[in-house]
Amino acid sequence: MWTTPGRLRAKGIVGMNRRNIRYIGRYNDRRLFPLVDDKLKTKLLAKEYGITTPALIGTIKSQFEVKGVARMVAPHPGFVIKPAKGSGGKGILVIERVEGDSYIKPSGASLNHVDIERHVSNILSGLYSLGGSPDVAVVEALINFDESLSVYTYEGVPDIRVIIFQGYPVMAMMRLSTAASDGKANLHQGAVGVGLDIASGGALRGVQFDRSRSDHPDTGHELASLQIPGWQTLLELAAGCFEMTGLGYLGTDMVLDRDQGPMLLELNARPGLAIQMANGEGLRPRLDLIERQPPGVSVEERVAFAQRHFARRGELQAVEQVPCPA
Amino acid sequence: MSRLPFYLLVGALMIAGIALSVHRHVQFEVPWTPGEQRQVWEIEAQVNFTAQGGPAMVDMALPSHQQGYRVLTENTASPGYGLSFLEDERGRRAQWSIRQAAGSQLLYYSVQLLVAPDARPPQSRRPELQEDIVWERPYDTAATQVIERAWQRSASPFTFARELIRDFSDDRQSENSRLLLNQFERAPLLVRLLNDAGVHARAVSGLMLEDGRRRQSLSTWVQVFDDDRWSLFNPVTGEQGRPNNLLMWEDSGQAVLEVQGGTNSSISFSMIQHNQPAAAAVRNQLANDTLINFSIHSLPLEEQALFQTILLIPIGALVVVLLRVLIGIKTSGTFMPVLIALAFIQTTLMTGLIGFLLIVAVGLVIRSYLSRLNLLLVARVSAVIITVIAIISLFSVLSYRFGLNAGLTITFFPMIILSWTIERMSILWEEEGPKEVLIQGGGSLLTAVLAYLAMNNPWVRHITFNFLGVQMILMSLILLLGNYTGYRLLELRRFKPVTED
Repeated sequence: MWTTPGRLRAKGIVGMNRRNIRYIGRYNDRRLFPLVDDKLKTKLLAKEYGITTPALIGTIKSQFEVKGVARMVAPHPGFVIKPAKGSGGKGILVIERVEGDSYIKPSGASLNHVDIERHVSNILSGLYSLGGSPDVAVVEALINFDESLSVYTYEGVPDIRVIIFQGYPVMAMMRLSTAASDGKANLHQGAVGVGLDIASGGALRGVQFDRSRSDHPDTGHELASLQIPGWQTLLELAAGCFEMTGLGYLGTDMVLDRDQGPMLLELNARPGLAIQMANGEGLRPRLDLIERQPPGVSVEERVAFAQRHFARRGELQAVEQVPCPA
Repeated sequence: MSRLPFYLLVGALMIAGIALSVHRHVQFEVPWTPGEQRQVWEIEAQVNFTAQGGPAMVDMALPSHQQGYRVLTENTASPGYGLSFLEDERGRRAQWSIRQAAGSQLLYYSVQLLVAPDARPPQSRRPELQEDIVWERPYDTAATQVIERAWQRSASPFTFARELIRDFSDDRQSENSRLLLNQFERAPLLVRLLNDAGVHARAVSGLMLEDGRRRQSLSTWVQVFDDDRWSLFNPVTGEQGRPNNLLMWEDSGQAVLEVQGGTNSSISFSMIQHNQPAAAAVRNQLANDTLINFSIHSLPLEEQALFQTILLIPIGALVVVLLRVLIGIKTSGTFMPVLIALAFIQTTLMTGLIGFLLIVAVGLVIRSYLSRLNLLLVARVSAVIITVIAIISLFSVLSYRFGLNAGLTITFFPMIILSWTIERMSILWEEEGPKEVLIQGGGSLLTAVLAYLAMNNPWVRHITFNFLGVQMILMSLILLLGNYTGYRLLELRRFKPVTED
């Protein structure tokens, strides 16, 4: 049931307190938080830096615009409504397709336009925003999700979380939505986390509800063969977010679009620690190594450095392969 | 980035807090525990005189802080008289005055004294020697001889005084001393002889404290100085030293009572001793506030009661910080549990818990209906507030009808906070399911109960209220905890699977 602080330390696990004081407190300037806490700002900034993001359908800024939401989304087969200042995936509504007046969620549940309007109204009044301040609803086009990965996920879009420390990608995982997570890719809601090798983008280890697993709970597909296409581009895109925001300790959420390749979905200035569970390894040694690197290194060099030093062999494959002596 | 200034600040706060608390303990006799009993003397002085029909003025010496005793409170009863308390080189004195008075007059003064064995003796200034003492014949020869005799047999001011007084004690009275006693009062005579021999001395008045005595009068003592040290001598027996039950009423060699415009003045004392809890004794302490002994006790009683609660909040905050930083418990709203704990103090724990659960449960049911009405957030929360008020009123009335008076205390719950709690819980339920509601709700309740237990502890209440320095210590502890980068207790469980392989 319990482990000891010594064993966690030996594994290099970073705890909540250490994350808050030592990394977020030290490397993330408060002043820069609005850039990532407001998804609209992030989106506009990303555009400026040439980082691709899902297409913006529109924004709803005041209650009297709420009635116009149906007209706004009409030309689009599917869309996502999110609060600009939401946190932890709260208030994100994904509509896969529209059939007449029914808006179908990835789970198959159907909503009518009153439900959609209520959701937007809730977003505007600050229900999902940090501190309950009035908010803006952002409507984005649904991502044309890369079919090669569809066997690994159930309903929603899987996204890839890469922790960027001082511009170096230090750890990555893929988050696969499940029935339990209602199409959302948040680990604490029941999504499956798959640790990814920084060098290759291959699967290392899978977890759900903080416990290991080797297959997807809903599709039953094994996770070992998971391999992210366009991994190099994805890492470089993610690493570039350091220059874009100036935040030293950053969680980047990336998605793979069928046509446009890796895209930035959103940024998080307070990324969670579950990624350590998915990787079966603590962040601490990697963060310590990066802290010793000189500043002013280009994105390509940083990615290359990370790929050289953080290469790991997946535990999942090890079951099938005969381990070769080093 | 050096953390040195931070640790210096924490260290300074900690030391200042401890020093202030110890200062209050030592200087003001504030005990560390609330249960300690302290002996308190209640002494009443009754001044009696016959007024002559014109203006009258009464000037009486008052006791002050001294070795073994500390003045707590004092009261007077003197209808029609103007009263002022003076403090000058003559010591503390009360002055009553009236424009017109005739016949027998009665003035009362009562004082409460705390028995404080550690109280330090006040700084006593040596009286000046009486200049040009002239003895008339035949007393001059007698005086010279008495002084000469005692001088020969002594080595210091104290021994001289002892020898001198012994010459006047009953069994060994010499011819000379008998002659002098016939003409002079004993105590002034002794002081005069001592002064004549170059020894600083004065006559002071004290009251022997004995429980339940009435109509007592003051006794006169001779205070003899040897540089800055002084000693009391019994003018009759020559015994040196101050008896433990002697209260110095007047200690600067002045008259105890001076009456103008009256005759036949007299003063008599009655006294009673009782024990009272130390905390109460402290509360009664006269507030002579300087910056360093800054104390809540100088405020009016009503504000004091308010502060008693306010000063507990840091304790609740500390509990929250401990539980969140060291344990990792999730609560709904960071300091909501502290406010709930404050309500528990008013309602008592069981009533509070039942009331809280009832309100939140009923509130959640009604809120789930409100969520279907598709309202704006502010309107919805306002509706929840009114609902909470309705629930509270209903429960109060119902519990009163059923004779459960405890139910009435439910009104102490902070309604706005409860409404937000219900709102948050309800959203949590919709988004994360009932499990998360149980985790956060349970965490909040657990935190509230622990905060309540800490805040309702009599010792904690006593310490926070009486030692303001404790606030600094709490501050430094919280600062230290804010710097803790180690693991939380619950993380030891959360991350366990990682360490397994």
